[in-house]
This record gives sequence, structure tokens and C-alpha cells, in this order.
Amino acid sequence: MLDYLLPAFIVLMAGLGTIAFWMGRQRAARVRAEGTAMRSQPGQYGWFMSLASVGAATAIIFLCWLALLITGSPVPLYSLYFIGLAVALLGMGLALRYVRPDFHARSAIEGVIRFMLAGAALISILTTLGILVSVISEAIRFFSMYSFWDFITGTQWNPGASFLEAAGRSSSASSQAQFGSLPLFAGTFMITLIAMLVAIPVGLGSAIYMVEFAPRGVRQAFKPVLEILAGIPTVVYGFFAAITVSPLIVDIAGFFGLEASYTNALSPGIVMGIMIIPFISSLSDDVLHSVPNSLRQGALALGITKGEMIRNVVLPSATPGIISASLLAVSRALGETMIVVMAAGMSPNLTANPLETMTTVTVSIVSSLTGDLSFGSAHTLSAFALGLVLFAVTLLLNLVSVFMINHFREKYRLNTI
Amino acid sequence: MAQSFDDITKQLGKRHRRTRRLKLTCMAAMVLSAVFLVVFLGDMVNRGWSAFQQGRMQIEVSYTEQSQQMPLTAVDEQYRQLVSRGFFRQIPQRMEADPELLGTTRTQWVIARSSVDQYLKGRENSLSEQQRQLIDRMVEQGNAKLAFNTTFFTTGDSRMAELAGILSAALGTLLTIIVTMAICFPIGVMTAVYLEEFAPDNRFTRLIEVNINNLAAVPSILFGLLGLAIFISFFGVPRSSPLVGGLTLSLMTLPMIIISTRAALRSVPDSIRHAAFGVGCTRWQVVSDHVLPVSIPGILTGSIIGLAQAMGETAPLIIVGMVAFMPDPSFSLTQAATVLPAQVYSWASLPNQAFQEKTAGGILVLLAVLITLNAAAVLLRNRFERRW
Amino acid sequence: MKQPNTMSRQADAISPGTVEDSEHDAMYKQEHSDREGVTNTGESPVRPDEAGSQGATDSNKPERQQPSNGEPVTRNTKVDHDSISLSASDLNLWYGDHQALKSLSMKVYANTVTALIGPSGCGKSTFLRCLNRMNDLIPSARVEGNIEMDGRNVNSKDMDVVALRRRVGMVFQNPNPFPKSIFENVAYAPRMHDIVGGRAEQEELVEKALRDAGLWDEVKDKLHQPGTSLSGGQQQRLCIARAVALRPDVILMDEPTSALDPISTATIEDLMVRLREEFTIVVVTHNMQQAARVADYTSFFHLGEIIEYNDTTTLFEKPATRKAEDYITGRYG
Repeated sequence: MLDYLLPAFIVLMAGLGTIAFWMGRQRAARVRAEGTAMRSQPGQYGWFMSLASVGAATAIIFLCWLALLITGSPVPLYSLYFIGLAVALLGMGLALRYVRPDFHARSAIEGVIRFMLAGAALISILTTLGILVSVISEAIRFFSMYSFWDFITGTQWNPGASFLEAAGRSSSASSQAQFGSLPLFAGTFMITLIAMLVAIPVGLGSAIYMVEFAPRGVRQAFKPVLEILAGIPTVVYGFFAAITVSPLIVDIAGFFGLEASYTNALSPGIVMGIMIIPFISSLSDDVLHSVPNSLRQGALALGITKGEMIRNVVLPSATPGIISASLLAVSRALGETMIVVMAAGMSPNLTANPLETMTTVTVSIVSSLTGDLSFGSAHTLSAFALGLVLFAVTLLLNLVSVFMINHFREKYRLNTI
Repeated sequence: MAQSFDDITKQLGKRHRRTRRLKLTCMAAMVLSAVFLVVFLGDMVNRGWSAFQQGRMQIEVSYTEQSQQMPLTAVDEQYRQLVSRGFFRQIPQRMEADPELLGTTRTQWVIARSSVDQYLKGRENSLSEQQRQLIDRMVEQGNAKLAFNTTFFTTGDSRMAELAGILSAALGTLLTIIVTMAICFPIGVMTAVYLEEFAPDNRFTRLIEVNINNLAAVPSILFGLLGLAIFISFFGVPRSSPLVGGLTLSLMTLPMIIISTRAALRSVPDSIRHAAFGVGCTRWQVVSDHVLPVSIPGILTGSIIGLAQAMGETAPLIIVGMVAFMPDPSFSLTQAATVLPAQVYSWASLPNQAFQEKTAGGILVLLAVLITLNAAAVLLRNRFERRW
Repeated sequence: MKQPNTMSRQADAISPGTVEDSEHDAMYKQEHSDREGVTNTGESPVRPDEAGSQGATDSNKPERQQPSNGEPVTRNTKVDHDSISLSASDLNLWYGDHQALKSLSMKVYANTVTALIGPSGCGKSTFLRCLNRMNDLIPSARVEGNIEMDGRNVNSKDMDVVALRRRVGMVFQNPNPFPKSIFENVAYAPRMHDIVGGRAEQEELVEKALRDAGLWDEVKDKLHQPGTSLSGGQQQRLCIARAVALRPDVILMDEPTSALDPISTATIEDLMVRLREEFTIVVVTHNMQQAARVADYTSFFHLGEIIEYNDTTTLFEKPATRKAEDYITGRYG
């Protein structure tokens, strides 16, 4: 029954809107036919009528619904629909009085549209707020159960026992859940480092080749390669890392007499690096392109070789931009989830050996939110605490990166007289 | 006074060698990334192409009353471990639907168990030596073969590798993407229009701009946390549903659409706006009648790329529970569902070799769709890109 | 001509008054009057013919030249070979299908200022960029023909462009100092070419180059500030110092003052005149007054061809061709 109510209501409102539009237009047309000059076109009066009835009703229903949800009261659907209908009819009646020659229907519509567009723009702000609120509120709940200090400095991540606690069954001290996040951050850092060691040289190198050396044909042939690499979903990279690269690394390590885990940190690191290559490459490409050609010509005209020009003139000028691109890439690597979930281990490990198994912040978030855990347990909530740290770190990186790229741009705007 | 050309050239050898070294290094980097792509695609195709083939065998099936009770008895004992269990399950239903079958014995092609399938494909399998010989014989007689795998495209997930398919995941992806685009396309374009055409240059506008740029770089998994805490816990949207997945993805795709739409709007020269204002259009009329129509190709290009990105996204969907086991395709927006990348993820975590093949097969399908979408976007851009 | 003037430094301080300009003119009038009497052959283009072996100030008896095959530039076989810095012959250049230079021949004399003038798109900048092969940077450009310098063909495959540019410096339309310190801007290239070694040597060289460019007094206290912090005119002089520091044979200048204010322009014009004592300068300019003020020789380009090439006074006072006359008198351009 309720399932059909919403579509029925939507159809009803659409009908009302059409009627309102038609009434407004007819009336305006009639007035105009009598020879009175009107401020706006008949169609615009029609739109005004529609907005005043159905638009107002929709807005009011939405606001009521939101208010009810926020206050946590039950939502009386029938009353809401009824209110909506009443507002629509009332709006239509009131608006009809405004269909008269001296009323600026056009400006009224313009105002409403402006308001709606600004409302749409607000949604991006609300999204950020939503992330912040959801992460912070749950993180606060987590920190009320577990000390913030221990979370930041602890070296044992052992959330497994927390459901026992939640069930009031924690008996011995040994089964106490521990949420020391250091090993997670160490693992994240290690994998990010490996990824950057792969991505920055390769990405930057190919960008330099493309901008400074490559003939047109090569550039055109290579662009799609990067675009394809950039369009591959991370879950695919994850499969590749787990099924192809990890065994390969174990074999190679074995060849050198080293022992490598199948969930080593090297494999997701390398594959994440491959994933980030097109990102670094295309950003560096832009940055290198925005180094003015006059600088290159100035250097070449002094009998500087191309290599010296790139090393001593182009790259130093592009450094802020390249650093900014790298920071964005680091932020991506930190937040990358699927590759590590599929290829890195699940067990936290505070080690500097990339051949050992390690886990990351994102893996812990996923693993603590995918089991059949109750939402309120410390284990589940720890995901939000980790999410908070992740958000803070990536936000910082992004802001620094934006700052640097703006600085870079300004520098060259000033320099071109 | 100055040195002669020869003197200078003599000193240059070392410097030219350094340039060449740099060039070679950079070229190696580029070649390396191309090699990565080739190795990667090659590996996927190598692992996945066989998923589009399926082992079948022709055997005698006797539809008796006994086989209606105990379907295993419908086939000869030596085949019982070779035929897909899914086939046995269907026997009673099939006999109910078609009473004439009762009492007949038919020779028909049935789907083989995945171990047979793997054996036919030359892969590791759990068959006994005896069973292998039997199959070898059947192949010789033309009673066992590899055929195009229609099951893969026409069924949902299954615990039995030979019956697992991508249909429900594909449907889930379709529904999720519809929700995503229905939400983020209008909102994204409206935001971009507001910022580009209406917004005054004040602190609020700048805040929105910074915020959008930042949002574009927020790790996708955080959108999952948002979806879980806000949409599921607060608004009570059903968990695992295409609705909540679409909502979550739409917020994630929004910045991308806003940024590309703004770029498209910005590329429309001001002379067009001035001309429209000059004939007395209001700001909205200028935008809707003159600016938007010419920037549609740019907006669509950005949206298609954003859509492809959303299609490949997995992490936030796992957080909102869209990794449901879905044997039967569902059209509902509010019922549990899964999406292609999530299906790939859940298959990838299964130890069975046959599922590894399915995973790679699913990946090939996903890649084909995504590469097609991206290529369409690039074509669209090249075809309609206007230089003012 | 011995008139290294010190006006450049004053020029920034005082307004570009007519006094200064007239001084300029007077100087050049005097200088060029030495060479009056160059004759031209009717409609056929003319060349500068006196062979000022060590600079244009030597007064030579002008001789009448025969035009060779009706080419715009006649070649003076009597000119002492040493005094020719660059000699282009039958130079063609295409951008894709468009031919931008059509069978050009021209000799540039050592220790002179040679101006290239002509309407936009006439190929004068393209020609200038051929002289140190900057056109190599444009993929679609294709060059044929010889440019001889120091007994070698600049355009030949075995000519090392780096070596060429080491000897043929260039100053661009917009000042383009490197985003490095003023000191580094000047010292960088000499260091790369191994001209200077230690710090002391570098400092000496930087000072000399900046003095040559008339910039030393303005920047000696801030050598380690970025080159981009200077004003436009100062930046352009820094670029000249950068080129001068290498002690090249030829300095090419591509509309070096078109982006600058009149005071800076005057300073740089003074500089050009002073620098020809040591260098050969080829300057492209849009500004005919500038050509008249600074150049010993002027070549008039039109549609990829040299219409007329002569010593500046003659070209401006008695142009031999109708096109040159029209351009100079401002009938088009």
C-alpha cells in the first residue's frame, strides 16, 4: 500500500503542477488578449503558478520530513502527504491573484531558480559536513570507550575480542580488545611509500618524455594507454596484485633465499604504484606544459643542451607543481582500499620488512564494518576513528597541495609580462 | 676571440651523452608503464577468457518417478559426480512443468561440474584418474565439449562455480548507476551553473569551491562511512540496496561532474553571454537558452567519465553492504543487491580455482564496459569539441 | 664609431624627452653620413656595399654594385671575408605547406647592428630564428639552403646546434629570465659551458656581463634576489647580460623592446649600439624609428622575401624600391 502511495502522490503533484501552469498561462493570455500590456510572458506566469503550488509543497514536505528525522520522531506519512496537498492548493489559489499585469513573474522565477541553484551548490558543503559529522560523532563514541592516547600510541591492534565485551562476556584480561593503531599507520605508510617509489619516478619520467622529447605520434599513441590505466577500477588492480604479483614476489624472494609472505606489503605497494602512474603522469604533464616555453627557448638559445635545460630550468620551475601532484597522489594512496583489502594482509604487523604481511587503515575499516557486528561495538566504531584520522590527513595533504599549485600558477602569471 | 665550432663541439660530447641518458631514462619510464598495461591486460585475458566457455556433456537422463524423488538417480552412476548439481536440482521442477517427461529417457547436453570444466580447460582439478579417463573417452566420442558460456551472462551468483553468473550484479550496477546519475547529474550541473554563472565572488563561493576540490580528493571509503552513518543509520535507507549505493556514489561522483561542467561552461566565450544579455535575456535565459546548449558535449563527456568511475567503485559499496550474495536478479531499488565490482571482489576471495576464472571473466566484462564508456567520452569530446 | 654613451643609466631616471632622442638622431646622422652616396640601381634592390672591415664607422668609399640575377641582395665580392659574420644564401623555409622564407640571401657584417624590418608575417623573425636554428623547435618547420658562419654551414646536419647557439646568442621579445637569482641567471650558462670555474671567476664574469648590459649599478646589491623581481626593462637587460656573458660572436634580438616602456627602450637601444664594438647584432624590429636610430644596415622584408637591403641611411632616405618606400613612409605596414 505504502509502496504505491509515493508514486501516486508524485503523479498527483505532477498533475497539479500542470494544471497550475495551464491556469496561469490561460489567465495571463486572456488579460493580454484584452489589450493590457503585461510585465512578463504568459508562459512565465504559468511557471510561476507551478512553482508557487507544487514547488512550495515539495519544499515543505521535504523540510518537515527532515525536521522529523532529525528530532527522531516517527514520520506520519499520511499527514505529510496531506500537508503537501494542502500547501499545493493554497499556493495555487494565492498565486492566481498575482497573475496580473504589474507583477514581475519573470523576476520571481529568476529568484526561485537562483535559490534552487544555490541550494544545489550547498549540497557539496553538506556532503563534507556529512562526512565530518558521521565520522566525528561515531569517533567520539569510540573514544568514550577507548582512550584516545592509547589509540594513537598503542602498538597492539587486536579488536577481535571486543564483541565479547559488548556482549558482557569479557572474562580474562588476555582477551581484552586493543586498539593501538600504530601498526596500521606503519603498514599504510609502508605501502604508500612503496607505491610512491614506483609511481613518482615512472609517472614523472613518462611525463617528461611526453612533454619534452616525444614526437607527436608517440604522444598521441601513449595518451590512450594512460587513459586506460586511469580508468581501470581498483578492484581489478587488487585482483591482479593478489593473484599475479604476490606469488611472483614470493617466487623472486625465494630465488634470493628470502622468505616472503603471500600477503606481503610489496605487492599491493607496487600495484598501487602502477595505479597512480597515470595520475602523477597527467598532473605532471599539465605542470610541465605550464612552464612557459620562453624559458625553454631562453635556455636553448644560450647553447644549453636539452638535458641541462630540463634539469636546471624546467624541473626547478615545475617543482612546486610536481610536489603538489605528488601530495595528491600520496593522499590517494593513503585512502586506497580495494588493492590493500585484496592483496595485503589482515594482521597488523609493526615491521620494516616489506616482504612481511602488513595491514592498513583502510583494510581495518573494511574488516570492522563487514562482519556481522553490532553497530555500537567498539570494533565497529573503531572504523570511524580510523576514518577520522584518514580524513584529517588527506584533507591536510589536499590543502597543502592546492596551496602549492596556486603558488606555482601565480608565479607564472606574474612572470609573463 | 671565441672558440671555433670544432673546439666547442669537442667539449660537448659529455653533455650530449647526459641528455641522451635522460631521454632514455624517461623513455624507459614511459615504456615501462605501457608494459605494465600490456602485462596486466594480458594476464587478465589469459585468466579470464576461458570463463566465457563452459564444459558440457551429453548423457542419458531417465525421467522416472524415482528420479523425481532422488534426482541423482536420473543419470548413470559414473556421471553423478560429473554433472552439475544445479542440473539435478532442476529435475523435479522440470518434470512437474512437463508431465510428458515422466517415463522417458532422453539424451541431452547438460552442464558439467566445474571440476570437469576445469579439466577440459587443462587446469588443475579434483577429478580422479578414472573420471579423467571417462571424460577423455567422452571427448573422443564427441559427448563432452567446451561451448560458449551462456550461463555466465544469464544467471546470478551461485555457490557452484559452473552456475555462477554476472546477471544480478550487472542489474545491480545498472540500478545503482541510474540512481547515481539521476541524483548527481542535475545537482552537479546546477552547482556548476551556480558557481560559474550566478555566484557572486564572495567568501561563501570560495568556500564552496575549495570544498569541491577537496571533496574530489577525499578517499572513496570515507563516502562509504558517510553512507553508513547518514543514509543507513540516520535516514533509514535499506542497507545493501541499490538506493543507498546510488546515493553514496552520487555524492562521490558529484565533484567530478561539477568540475567538468564548470570547465565546459567556462569554455563558452563571454561574447555569447553578452550578446544574449544584449537582447534582453535574464541571466537564467542566457544560461538555459544559450550557454548550456553549446556546452552539452563537454558536460556529457565529464559525466560519462564520472559514471565510468562510479561503475568501477567498490570500497564505499562494500561499506554500505552491497556485496550481498544474489542468486536471483532483482529489479528493486530497495532490496539487497550487488554490483559488478563487488561481485568480482567476492568471487576473488573464494579459494576455488574455478571462481578465479569467473573473477577474471567478470573483470573482462567490467573492463570492456568501462573502456567502451571512456572511449565514447573521448570520441564525444573530439567530435563536438568546439574551438572558439 | 666611438661613442659608448652613458645615457642608458640616466635614461631610467629622466623622462624620454626629445633632447635625448634628438641626441640619438644626431649621433646616427653623423655616423651614417659617412656612408652616404651609396647608389642603387633603379627598381632593383640594393645592398650595403662598403666593407667596414672593423665596424661600420670606418668611412669607406661606397661602390656601385651590380645586382646578381635580380636577387634582392647582391653579393659584394670585394668585401673582406673576415668581416662577414653570417651569410645566408638561397634560404627557404616552410611551415608545413606554407613557404615563409623564399630564397633569401643576405650577408651580416661583423660588429655592426643589422635591423630587419617589414610588416607582420613578413618572415623577419623567422629568418632571425634560422640564424641560430631556433626553428628546429618547431616540428612543422623545414629549412633548405646555406647559412655560412666561420666557414661552416649552420644548417648542415653535422653542425651541433648547441655549439652554434653558444656562438650565436639570442634575446627574445618578452624578457624571459630564469626563475633563479640574478647572479645565477648570468653565471648559469657560462658554468655549463665550462667557461668559468671557481666562485671568484664567476663573480668576475657576472659583474662584467652586468656592466656590459648596463645593469650592474642597479642590481649589484641584490644579486641573489630572483631575476623575476626586476622591472621589465631590467629583466630584458638581464637577458642581454645573460647572452653577453657567453661572449658569443653574434647576438640576435627579436623585437627586444616591443614589450617595454619608452625609457627602457632607449636604454636598450643605447646598449645595442655600445655592444656592437664587441658583437655582431641582428635585431628584428617593428619600429622603424628604432631601426633608424640603432642600425648600421637595414633589411626590408616582405612576404618572405628581402625587398631591399642597404645601409640604414640610404634605405630610409632613398629607398630604391617602391614597396620599401611605401612601408617606410607609412603607407602600409
